[in-house]
Formats: sequence, C-alpha cells, structure tokens
Amino acid sequence: MTKTDKSERRFTNIIFISGLSIIVLLLAIFSTLLIASIPSIKTFGIGFFISKHWDPSLEKFGALPFLYGTLITSIIALFISIPFSISISIFLGEFFREGFISNFLRSSTEVLAGIPSVIYGLWGLFLLMPITRFIQTSLGTTPYGVGIFTASLILAIMIIPFSASIGREVISLIPADLKEAAYSLGATRFEVIKNIIIPYARSGIIAGILLAFGRAIGETMAVTMLIGNSNFLPKSIFSPANTMASVIANEFAESTGITASSLIYIGLVLFLVTMFVNIAGTYIIKKISLEASKEVT
Amino acid sequence: MFKWLKVLSFFVCILIVGFSGLNVYAAEGELIGAGATFPQPLYSKMFDIYFQQHKIKINYQGIGSGGGINQLIKKTVDFVGTDAFMTEKELKDAGAPVLHIPTCLGAVVITYNLPGNPKLKLTPDVIAHIFLGNIKKWNDPKIAGINKDVKLPDLSITVVRRADGSGTTYIFSEYLSKVSSAWKEKMGTGKSLNWPEGFIGQKGNPGVAGYIKQTPGAVGYVELLYALQNQMAFASIKNKAGNFIEPTPKTVSNAAKVKIPDDTNVSLTDTSAKDGYPISGFTWLIFYKEQNYAGRSKQRAESLAKMLMWVVTDGQKYVEPLQYSPLPKEASTAAQKIIKSMTYNGKPILN
Repeated sequence: MTKTDKSERRFTNIIFISGLSIIVLLLAIFSTLLIASIPSIKTFGIGFFISKHWDPSLEKFGALPFLYGTLITSIIALFISIPFSISISIFLGEFFREGFISNFLRSSTEVLAGIPSVIYGLWGLFLLMPITRFIQTSLGTTPYGVGIFTASLILAIMIIPFSASIGREVISLIPADLKEAAYSLGATRFEVIKNIIIPYARSGIIAGILLAFGRAIGETMAVTMLIGNSNFLPKSIFSPANTMASVIANEFAESTGITASSLIYIGLVLFLVTMFVNIAGTYIIKKISLEASKEVT
Repeated sequence: MFKWLKVLSFFVCILIVGFSGLNVYAAEGELIGAGATFPQPLYSKMFDIYFQQHKIKINYQGIGSGGGINQLIKKTVDFVGTDAFMTEKELKDAGAPVLHIPTCLGAVVITYNLPGNPKLKLTPDVIAHIFLGNIKKWNDPKIAGINKDVKLPDLSITVVRRADGSGTTYIFSEYLSKVSSAWKEKMGTGKSLNWPEGFIGQKGNPGVAGYIKQTPGAVGYVELLYALQNQMAFASIKNKAGNFIEPTPKTVSNAAKVKIPDDTNVSLTDTSAKDGYPISGFTWLIFYKEQNYAGRSKQRAESLAKMLMWVVTDGQKYVEPLQYSPLPKEASTAAQKIIKSMTYNGKPILN
C-alpha cells in the first residue's frame, strides 16, 4: 500500500464516519425521547392525542390542545407568509437582480432570518400586542392582546425570510433563453412570470415554504411570549392557546415523574411531526419537479 | 481495519461522554450548587464576596428547584437552593437524611395595571375569587367595598399567571389553599396548576410583569423583588391578625416571627405574626447531613459547612440591599444549629 493509498483510505473513513454519526445522532435523539416517554405512553397511550385535558395537579395529561395549537398557528402563519415570500422572491429573483435596491433588500431578508426569536417575541409584545388588542377592542372580543392571531402573525414574519431567500435563489437560476424565448413570442412580463418562472421554480418555492413550515412548527420562544399559554382548545382565532414546543419550554424545568415523561412524549410527537413534514416535503418536491420539467421543456 | 476500529471507537467515546452527562466533581476548593432561580442574584452577590474574603470559589447555577433537587439526589452538586421544603417522596429518593437551612425570605405580591396605579387593599377571599375567575370586573362590589377611597374603573380583569412551573406559583397557591376552601377544592397547591380557561400564561416573573405593564386591567402575581425593581403597583393584603400589610422586605421578614421548628420546615404563608405579610416564605439551601459520600474529601465538607454558616450569619447583611428579606434572629439561630449537626463519617464537622 502506498502512502497516497493510505491517506485516501483515511479520508474515506473520516467521511464515512461523519456521515454515519448523523444517523447515529438521529437514532440517539429518537431513542432517548422514546425511552424517557415510556411511562407516559404506558399511562395514557394513544388517548394522549385525543384527550384535551392537561392537568398537572391531578397528573392527567392530554396533548390535543398543544397539537392543535402548533398546527393551527403554523398553518395560519404559512398562509399569511406565502403571498409575501413569493412576491419577494419574484422581486429579487426577476425584477431587481442586481444593484443597490436588490442588495439592500436581500441583505435585509438575510438579517431578518438571523434575528434571535426572543427578539421577535419582545418586538411582538411591544408592537403586535397593542395592535391585536386594538383589533379585539373594535371587534368587541376580550382584549387579551396575545393568542393564536398574534402568535401566527409573528411566526409569519419570522418565516418569510426563509421561504423568500430559497425562492429567490431558484428564480434567479432559471435559464435566460427560456425567458427570452417567451418574450420573443410576444409574452408580457406578467405572462413570463405566470407561465415560465412560477412553473419552473415551483418545486424550489414549495421547498422553501415547507422549510418555513418546519421552522414554524418548532418555533418556541417568540410563540411562548405571544400565545398566552392557555392549555385549552382555542375557541376563536383570538383565544389564548399553547403549542407543543412552548409547553415543553415552559414546564420542563420544574417537572418530575410522569409530568416530565408526558412533556417528553410531546417532544417525541413534535419530533415525529417535523419528520413527517420533511418527508412529505421531499416527496412533493420530487413529484413537482418531475412534472415541472415535463411542462416547461 | 484496525485503523477503522480506532476511529470508530473514538467516536463512540465522544458519544458516551456526551450522553452520560458531567458526573465529575469540579476541582478541590470549588463548591458547586444549583437550584432555585429566585435567590440566584443574592447568592451570586454573597458567593462573590465570600470568594474575596475566604478564597473559596462557589458556583451556583439557577436551573430551578426541581432540577436542583435531582442534581443533589444524583450527588453531582454540594448544595441546592429550593423555594419549597422537599416533599416526602423527594426525601425518600435522596436515600440519606437531607438538611434544610433557610437563607432569606421571599414574598409574592399581587400586582396590577390600573389607570393611575392606585394602592389597593385586598382580602384573601377577594384574591381567591379573582384568581378563580369569579370576579370579572375591577369595579366589582367585592373589590370596591374594601377600597372605598379608590375610584375603580369599569374594566375587565385579565388574569395573568405563570406558564412555567415555579416556586412563586407554589407559595401563592399554598397561601390561597389555606385561606379559601373554594380554592383548595378547585385548584390546590402546586408548582403548576390547572388554571381556568381564559387566563393568560406568561413565562417567568419577567413575562408576567411585562404583560401586566402592557395591558390595562391585567392582574397577576410576581416576586416582591420583581415588583420593586420594576416599580409596579401592588396590593396590601389583609393578614390573619386582620391588618392590611403592605409588602416590604421588613414586613416579609416579620412573617417569620413565629415559632420555628428544629428542621425549619414551616410554612409562613398566612402567617400568624401580626405585622407579617401573609404571602411570604423561606428559601432554603439543602445538602446531605452526612458529608462523606461520592468520594468527597473532609476538606470539601468543611468548606461547605463554613460557607453555609457564613450565609446565615455574616452574609445576612447583604440580603436587604438587594431587596430580599433577611432572616429574623430565631430563624438564623435555628439554621446555625442545623449546620452544626452536619457530620463527616458520623463526626460533627464544626465544633
């Protein structure tokens, strides 16, 4: 064996082990969650997801309010964010690809993506909460200021940079000849966007949206500060509610025994939900990119 | 193949170390504590001064009482701070006798956001019904009846409670369980409770305080320290003797002017002291009575005992400047007696 052979071998080994350690890590997280949640799984079983009572004093736990709260806030946030993120992607990827405005806007979205979530939470407390309270007072509902609406709003703002930057990336990669061909056939700019850019970039845009959805599901701090942390199924969009990530962050430090185990059970569910969203996302992207390539070419 | 194994075993080692957690004691001459967050600013100050005077480094991590007690049971720390006396079950889990010494007092105050921030007076019954969700308006006759000199607005009450499990909630609910049978039946005592629908939960004292400051008509409970530091309005509360007591570090200390049992396991809520604020409580440091465990040296045990002794005696002068409430003399004496009962191999550590 020569010296190069050896170093080649060593390199391959390192790469292989690094790759392997990711899988080990994933399994380690999953099994730790599973083992620690066994007492709770044994006590509450599958009814954990159907029961809507979370009662730490009687040690009766059901996670439906949290599951519901996580999904509803993330979905509302997604719907609020989609028009904005697509517009920003098109604006940056097609209209202003270079120049001062583009650079400024692009770095602004990047900075937004990097702001710690506790700062979003604080900002929400000082700005969004009074706005929500004003809306609630004008509608005649109880002016809590916090709740699903406020939390979804802050989540939407937090996830826009994610979907927008991926969208922009994909849109700017569209081959120029495709667009030029469309223009030469007499297409207007809107028609080019509608018939060429969006179909071509669809998988990328959706990938960005799903990534953003994943982030919204797991978001903790900003949501905790703005959702009102009420362990009940919300009655309206303005009701205080709670999410899976938020209840774990709140209660875990002082919990013991079955309470801690139930919180970890919620963590396990959160883990599985995020994994499911990711797998579904990859599947959708694969399917759509196949279709899109057929459509455009 | 051999190389491959070597690399793999290296990774396995890293994983094992990573997962097993840090079970190693810090260097000799450094004491480690963990637990309650409420007294953390005080302990930081005290331990800083203690280091300057005695060259013993003390590291205290505010991870919450529950986490602290777990650490003590796992024998990874020298002492633990807690806001509640250990429960029967926790004492059993500890395996060996655990001693408690009070270090200072804390109090929970009812704070609110009303136009002009008037000083309110509240009775135990009214507090219970506000926090059960039965009194819904600020101008309710029950509140107005005891605050005749204050013009109360026609404003909905928004109740804010702690979303995280906390010693603050424990003391507050323990007090209400003592003074209201309706509360005892419906809510009970605990670090986290099954609150009625429509209450807002916020994380930590800062979360509750922040929400109240932002929301007209909001009412909640926070540590006295927090209310003082944030200049929030808080209520005087009628105590067992029938006096309306405004919470101050002094009136909170007064709450401990009752008979202190030998193990200092006494609940000061609804105190019988006539000028004591009724929602007060000790915060404790806890440690094993027999100090020779997990391979600890005698020197280590000695420096722990000396440090604890300092905290309940000379260290007490640092309590009040930080707006905590110092131990009254009786409590300090009881604590000293407990520290003197610490042993190493069955022999007393301090003489």
